[in-house]
Amino acid sequence: MAEVKLHGIWFSPFLYRVIWALKLKGISYEYIEEDLSNKSPLLLQYNPVHKKIPVLVHSRKPICESMIIIEYIEEKWPQTPLLPSDPYERAKARFWVKFVEEKAPAIWSLYRSTGEEQKKALKDSSEMLKILEEQGLGEKKFFGGDTIGIVDIAFGVIAHWFGVFEEIVEVKVLEAHAFPRLHAWKENFEEVPVIKENLPDRDKMLDYFKKRRMEILSASQ
Amino acid sequence: MAHEVVLLDFWPSMFGMRVRVALAEKGIKYEYKEEDLRNKSPLLLKMNPIHKKIPVLIHNGKPVCESLVIVQYIDEVWKDKNPFLPSDPYHKAHSRFWADFIEQKVYDTARKIWATKGEEQEVAKKEFIETFKILEGELGEKPFFGGETFGFVDIALITFYSWFYTYETFGNFSIEAECPKIIAWAKRCMQKESVANSLPDQKKIYEFTVWMKKYFGMD
Repeated sequence: MAEVKLHGIWFSPFLYRVIWALKLKGISYEYIEEDLSNKSPLLLQYNPVHKKIPVLVHSRKPICESMIIIEYIEEKWPQTPLLPSDPYERAKARFWVKFVEEKAPAIWSLYRSTGEEQKKALKDSSEMLKILEEQGLGEKKFFGGDTIGIVDIAFGVIAHWFGVFEEIVEVKVLEAHAFPRLHAWKENFEEVPVIKENLPDRDKMLDYFKKRRMEILSASQ
Repeated sequence: MAHEVVLLDFWPSMFGMRVRVALAEKGIKYEYKEEDLRNKSPLLLKMNPIHKKIPVLIHNGKPVCESLVIVQYIDEVWKDKNPFLPSDPYHKAHSRFWADFIEQKVYDTARKIWATKGEEQEVAKKEFIETFKILEGELGEKPFFGGETFGFVDIALITFYSWFYTYETFGNFSIEAECPKIIAWAKRCMQKESVANSLPDQKKIYEFTVWMKKYFGMD
């Protein structure tokens, strides 16, 4: 079988979306850790436009942008489908992926800011969660229905990293009493074996993101 | 299967235009409904409760929102005519990448060219030109971004062409001088009926923008 390589950074949520898709479909790959402060010539060659990870390289051909990579993986390896087969349901799934991509910056903002800016990020994050809970998830166990799909993967990283940020900034947003269905979804999602076994080390994440937050806040003063 | 297709749209919207082009490319008959964005219809609010935005495609009563999601939907349902995306997964991913690049880089920067002044406007102009130079590089010597045939990336980008006169006039620059290949590509696209019939006249867009700036006190 042709070789699959994945370039990433251990703390990147976008990397984990791709890892989950590959693992769910049982695809073997070689992982290459990149150093963001010293990007490899190979990375710059594979992603000259954005110079970012993740990059999937299949038979030496690069694919960039996590959700585009996942749609590629879905087409190349149709087992354990992550997208519905019906075009209308697919359009709905893509709509929610776009929604997550558009609104997720609020959680980064929560982590990177203080004061008024953080208050706004808190409000925006809550609004995003409310819409996802009521209109995206509804009564379903997963966004994909009975099994996880592309929207679960897209939002799953956001929710998980959000949990780490909540701990660092000492603000709880995604709580059971405020978002009962989404809270239950997160617990169910992180119990799925492939997800549970493929999450970055939490202590390492807390350590890294705490340090990064201090650097960001002191740089902005 | 009978198809009932309705498009909720707003004539100057480059996002709405993408759907018009896609529908025309596939030869799909549809009902066009103009929305007044200052007074959104109950139908729009019902069909797109989350964003309350156009375009919305309503196919047999079911809404599809977000212009590029709609274009992909149209391509998948009416798959036997004029496919927008290549069949090969790698080339498909390549097209999606460039459509995503356009989504990330064009609109906000372009908007600042007519909506702002001074330093902010100069920065926006510079970014706009950089973005289009990158796109020129991607186009290369191909007639269309899709290769020999007009496709997904062409649909994503061409609708901004109707706004070029507006950007050039407010920004006091020539896009053709900076990116001649883009203009050549745009004129090639405009030779297609599906495109020419879907894009408003550039001067009309300019007049609309002048009016809009006055109306919203943006002068």
